Amino acid sequence: MSDVQEHKGPIRRFLDLPPDSIAKTVTVAVGLCLVASIVVSAAAVSLRPVQEENATRDMRLNVLQVAGVYDETVPVNDAFEAFEPHVLDLSTGEFTEDFDIDSFGDLAAADDPAIIRALDEDPAGLGGSMEAFRMVYILRDDAGGIDKVVLPIEGYGLWSTLYGFIALEGNGNDIFGLQFYQHGETPGLGAEVDNPRWRALWNGKKLFAEDGDLAITVAKSAPPEGQEYYVDALAGATLTSRGVHNLVRFWMGETGYGAFLERLQAGEID
Amino acid sequence: MAQTYRSQLVDPLVDNNPITLQVLGICSALAVTSSMSVAFVMALAVTMVTGFSSMFISMLRNQIPSSIRIIVQMVVIASLVILVDQLLKAYAYEISKTLSVFVGLIITNCIVMGRAEAFAMKNPPVASFIDGVGNGLGYGLLLLIVGFFRELFGAGSLFGITILPTVNNGGWYVPNGMLLLPPSAFFIIGLLIWAIRTWKPAQVEEREYKIQTVEAH
Repeated sequence: MSDVQEHKGPIRRFLDLPPDSIAKTVTVAVGLCLVASIVVSAAAVSLRPVQEENATRDMRLNVLQVAGVYDETVPVNDAFEAFEPHVLDLSTGEFTEDFDIDSFGDLAAADDPAIIRALDEDPAGLGGSMEAFRMVYILRDDAGGIDKVVLPIEGYGLWSTLYGFIALEGNGNDIFGLQFYQHGETPGLGAEVDNPRWRALWNGKKLFAEDGDLAITVAKSAPPEGQEYYVDALAGATLTSRGVHNLVRFWMGETGYGAFLERLQAGEID
Repeated sequence: MAQTYRSQLVDPLVDNNPITLQVLGICSALAVTSSMSVAFVMALAVTMVTGFSSMFISMLRNQIPSSIRIIVQMVVIASLVILVDQLLKAYAYEISKTLSVFVGLIITNCIVMGRAEAFAMKNPPVASFIDGVGNGLGYGLLLLIVGFFRELFGAGSLFGITILPTVNNGGWYVPNGMLLLPPSAFFIIGLLIWAIRTWKPAQVEEREYKIQTVEAH
C-alpha cells in the first residue's frame, strides 16, 4: 500500500501542475516525443522484414513478367531462380565481381558514392547523376546460351520517375518487352504505360538501325520508313511518352548500356 | 451529453459532412479519387487516423499545455499516420504503391486536426473516438462518390473491373480523360454540394452581404 503511494506521489504532483507551467510544458513535450518515437521506430523495425520481402517479390515478379516467363502457378521466388543476376559496370560493359550480389541492392538504394556517377547531360531526368553499376539479369536457354537479358531502366515522365525493366533478346538488338513497376503518372492517361496492349507494341522492335545507330523511337506518327524501330506514343500522354522515349534512348545509348550491348551483339558475353 | 453516439457517427455522413459542409480536406479529395480502390483504402486510413488521434488527444486533453497544443496534436497524428503507412507497406503493398505520398499527407489533412482541435480537446475519449470515426466515414463516403464518377466515366471501370470497355482496350467507350485529372474533382464536389444543399436547404449559408436594389430615377 505504502509502496503504491510512494510511486504515485511524484506522478500525482506532476498531474496536478497547472498545464501551462514551464515544467509541465517541457515534460509533456519531451515525454510525448519519446513515446511517439518509440512507437514509430518499433513499428518500422518490426515490419521491415515483411516490407522488404514485398519489395523484393515485386521486383522479381516484374523481371519474370518482362521476360515473359511468369506463370501464376509457380511461386515467384522459385521461378526467379532461373535468372542469373550480375552486377554490370556500365562504362566497360563487363560484369564485375567487386560487389556482393546480395548486398548490392542496399548500396544502390542508399545511393552509395561508389556506384554513382555524375551526368553532364541528363535527358532521362535522373537528377544529374546515375548509377554506374547496375544489377542485370540473364536468362539462359537450354544450350546455355543467352536467351534474354533484363536491364533496369528509369527516367522522368510527367509527374514522376518511372522505374522499369527492358528485356532484350540474346542478340542485344531485339526488344522482347518493356515494363514499369513504379511510377506516378496520371491514371488513364500516362499510366497507360501499364496497358498490356501498349506494352505489346514493344515486342519485336529493334534498338539499332543497320548502320549501328540507336534508332528506337516513341512518336505520335509513324515515320515513313523504319517501322521496326518505331513505337506508337500513348494517346493523351505526350509528356509521359516523351519521357519513355528519352529514358529508353538514354539507357540504350552510350552513357547507359551501350558498351554492354555492343559486347552482347559481338557475342563477347558468356 | 447533448449528442448521442449514434448521431455523432451518422451526422458527419450528410448533415455535417467534413467535405461538403465544413469544406475541409479538399486537396486530398482531389488527389486520391481517380480510382475507387485507392479512394477506399484512403478512406479507411483516414478513418483510422481521425478516430484514434481524436481518442488519444482526448485522453491527454487535460494535460496538454495550451501553448504547445497544436504541436502535441501533430505529433500524435503524425505518429499514427506513419504507423498506417508502415502497415500498408507491409500488408497491402500494391495499394501502398499507388497511394504513395498521399498516405503521408494525411498528416496535413485538415479534417484530422480540425476534429482534434474542435472536438477532442473538449470531450471525453469515447465520444471523441466516435466523432473521429464519423468524420472519417463522412470524408470516405464523399471520396467514394467522387471516385465512382471519376473512375466510371474517366476509365470505364469500377474498382479496376471494366464496366464500359474503352476504345484503348478494343471496346466502344471513349473515356473522358479530364475526369482523371484532379480539377474534375472540383466540379464533382461542387455539384454534390449543390445537390445536398438543394435537398437540405438548412445547410445553405446565410449571405454575408445583401444585394441592394437601387430605385429607378
